[in-house]
Amino acid sequence: MTPSAITNREAESMQPSSGAPPTLDVRDLRTSFFTDEGIVKAVDGVSFTVREGEALGIVGESGSGKSVTALSLMRLLDEPARIVGGEVLFQGRDILRSTTSQLRAIRGASIAMVFQDPMTSLNPVLKIAKQMIETMVTHGDYTGQSAEKRAVDLLGSMGVPTPERAVDSYPHQFSGGMRQRVMLAMGMSNEPALLIADEPTTALDVTIQAQILELLRELNQKFGTSIVLISHDLGVIARVCSRTLVMYGGEIVEEGVTERLLSDPRHPYTWALINAVPRIDEDRPADRRLASIEGQPPDPLNLPSGCRFAPRCPFRIAKCDEHPELLEIKPGRKTRCWVTQAGTVLPARAAVKPASGSAPKTESSSRAAEEPLLALRNVVKHFPLARRGFMDRPRVVHAIDDVSFDVFRGETVGLVGESGCGKSTLARLIVRIHRPDSGEIRVGGQDIAQASYEAIRPLRRQMQMVFQDPYASLNPRMKVAQILGEPLQFHGVTKGAGETRSRIEELLRTVGLNPRSAERFPHEFSGGQRQRISIARAIALNPEFIVADEPISALDVNIQAQIINLMLELQERLGLTYLFIAHDLAVVRHISDRIVVLYLGKVMEVAPTDDLFRHPLHPYTRFLISAVPVPDAAVERDRPVLKLAGELPSAISPPSGCRFRTRCPMAQPICAAETPPLIAHAPGHLAACHFASAMAHVPGAALHMESQVDSRMAAP
Amino acid sequence: MSVYDTAAITDVSIPVRTRAQRFRRRYGLATIGAVIVVAWLVIAIFAPWLTSYSPDMVDVANRLQPPSWAHWFGTDALGRDVYTRVLFGARVSLATGFVVVLAAGALGTLLGAVAAYARGWVEEAIMRCTDLVLCFPPIILALAIAAALGIGTTNTIIAMLVVWWPKFARLAHSMVIVQRSQEYVEAAMVIGFNPARVLLRHILPNSVGPLIVLVTLDLGNAIITFAGLSFLGLGVLPPTPEWGSMIAEGRELVAQWWVATFPGAAILTVVIGFNFLGDGIRDWLDPKARKR
Repeated sequence: MTPSAITNREAESMQPSSGAPPTLDVRDLRTSFFTDEGIVKAVDGVSFTVREGEALGIVGESGSGKSVTALSLMRLLDEPARIVGGEVLFQGRDILRSTTSQLRAIRGASIAMVFQDPMTSLNPVLKIAKQMIETMVTHGDYTGQSAEKRAVDLLGSMGVPTPERAVDSYPHQFSGGMRQRVMLAMGMSNEPALLIADEPTTALDVTIQAQILELLRELNQKFGTSIVLISHDLGVIARVCSRTLVMYGGEIVEEGVTERLLSDPRHPYTWALINAVPRIDEDRPADRRLASIEGQPPDPLNLPSGCRFAPRCPFRIAKCDEHPELLEIKPGRKTRCWVTQAGTVLPARAAVKPASGSAPKTESSSRAAEEPLLALRNVVKHFPLARRGFMDRPRVVHAIDDVSFDVFRGETVGLVGESGCGKSTLARLIVRIHRPDSGEIRVGGQDIAQASYEAIRPLRRQMQMVFQDPYASLNPRMKVAQILGEPLQFHGVTKGAGETRSRIEELLRTVGLNPRSAERFPHEFSGGQRQRISIARAIALNPEFIVADEPISALDVNIQAQIINLMLELQERLGLTYLFIAHDLAVVRHISDRIVVLYLGKVMEVAPTDDLFRHPLHPYTRFLISAVPVPDAAVERDRPVLKLAGELPSAISPPSGCRFRTRCPMAQPICAAETPPLIAHAPGHLAACHFASAMAHVPGAALHMESQVDSRMAAP
Repeated sequence: MSVYDTAAITDVSIPVRTRAQRFRRRYGLATIGAVIVVAWLVIAIFAPWLTSYSPDMVDVANRLQPPSWAHWFGTDALGRDVYTRVLFGARVSLATGFVVVLAAGALGTLLGAVAAYARGWVEEAIMRCTDLVLCFPPIILALAIAAALGIGTTNTIIAMLVVWWPKFARLAHSMVIVQRSQEYVEAAMVIGFNPARVLLRHILPNSVGPLIVLVTLDLGNAIITFAGLSFLGLGVLPPTPEWGSMIAEGRELVAQWWVATFPGAAILTVVIGFNFLGDGIRDWLDPKARKR
């Protein structure tokens, strides 16, 4: 995209009244949930337009009303939700006042919708062909034969390999990313004027997310389909959308051209969203704490009477007790904030870092002599699968194959990789929920790989774990006091009820919760609070080492920032060592001292964080880094994204030699014949690639590597 | 735009239902069920005070009398008061029902839970046993076992236990499998609790909901089965008053309808009571049904 194209688009969005009527015109939409506890105003007076060929982003945290807005547009709500007012004009017709038969003609034909969960939005008992043809034939534009041909064409254009075979498959035969492509193909089958995508990439890996976002951009630019993209991720929005709405507490709080909104937010909530996420394209600050806003999203039953964001707002003034209106402050730019409407400019990113900084960590290069806290040596774990038939050969999932690395005292090691690469299995091997097939797991010098339950028990005090899903990791039938008290008493850390009691209160205060929370059950807390309880349980036994398995991936960005800050603070105060598992590279980069890259059960690269991002030696690492969207529309629009072809191969029969070779643009015959060893190419920088030493001489950052790869491929 | 007949916008002033209305809508039948069950429990406990006859008092002079003020439900072929025998019959039916379901529930849950948690050959052994028992029609298998052991209440209960535990084992097995992979279970393992404690303190309390529903729904079932076995002459020894055997006695007395009808009505009400109650408990435990 050329700069002039962007300015054209901006000029357009600044004059919404010009030209043709908008594709979608939403006026004062109101949707409420009539629950037993009271009326929840999930969407409270939302108005916006989507012009022909425009991509509009809606961003906000969970509970902000963005998904309910999308469902209201299509009238897909169930009891107890009801649309109680407003108009939704689609091509001039009011959807809310259409009959159900008129509505059916619009759904799927003129407006298509793609949902977050590709696992449940396809009918599992019908073949892909049948589902796609049904959509096309129902709306009368195609006959059976032409529809079948079109289904194959569409799947092909959505990047589904061998579409002729794919149409004859069932949904379960596809991965999540492929199903999302099928959903998009199905949505596009009747050439809709509007595509509503509700968090279409949230359930996918970064590399697959990059592919799907590229697809959405193409649909928007090539076919002129209007898009409403709903996401909690500003990077995703920045990649696809030209204009963005920010929702909070059921209202739009800011609206503007994406570039401007992200570079110069005019609502404190937008400001907080932008500053809560670490950016992969900026240098890491010495202070790793993130700017997070305190508090929780508003209780939807009990919204503040003034500005709904005021209770959490760092810029609040006396006037915020009155409810502000969404007013235009510049052409095409609206905000719902007394402070910025008065002309105040919110401070830039660097200026708001918390003043009390931790000293930058000493990057230890003399680690070789030190005894590691955790040492993995050639760890292998294969899971046997049930045989499909009596004569079937036994099959195994190669979850972890020959993994070795060290974790030293006081450092944070990040473990990254796509889902299915064995990250979680590795975490469970280290804390010995699973027993490895072979290899050594040394904790403080003691090998626990094959140790019995009883033999490990004393070591459990040194090593704990924080889990991914805050809704599943706390026993729902136990009070917080019991959840935290059990390990204390079991390991004899505290003696007597009084001591346990005071230790529980101390723990709750440490993680930033009210000590009175002890008497409550987990379901009474929000996701972020539950994750705090989970962290309190992990530190209850005063461990040295904590394995954190995706501790923030189920949380909203602001809560993510709170939890990261808490973990950093605990590390400082208690001298903790972390193995931090995540798929979000920006976050891992932000908090880790060293990073381990895992692919299909094998270590691809190990390096100090800055080295890894400046000089990635393994092609897979370069793809991973390139796939991360940046919440800056100017950067994101023009940034070439390295397209990683295909999907993760099956771990049941992994590729011979280098496991990445099937997707690697540099692959040579040697890659299939020989497994590349994980060897050091620089101090502390290990990579398992036959061409790593050659890559090491290629200067420049990962983001500009495409030409290098091409030249490498051309060279031999 | 002209058609407003099925407009989506609904009147904002639709009243939210009151507490009482919501309760009635959701738990109305369950309340009826609970009332019936409690009434039968009271009858079983206070049977001697609710009648002036003894259940075993033979009065051949007054045999096969139709319902009257003296004998509300009439008399049977031996002149015994049917009303009194129905009241006392509740003791046998409810007691055997509770014993069978609670014992089979406890045994089956434990075996199923252990099978799911231990996995491997233990799981195979236990679950194949359930398959084996479930191969047979339950009442026929119970009949065969009871016949082999000899007539009598205890033997019949043992026979019923044998056919009853597998459904609890299966349910507990599937419930524990669901819970076993939850992160809170892994958290308990990381703390270092031994497997028995993880199973009993963490997994089982989170699996009991459906088991309680099955117990309640199954009480009616067990009462019917026991009555059926008694009807076939295997349950209780005469002259113990029992509903199934009372129906058997009245089977051929077509003109004297009251002899079989009243014990039949007793079985009907108890079973309906337990079913309503079980449905109510299921709704109460199922968060999806609780929304509105």
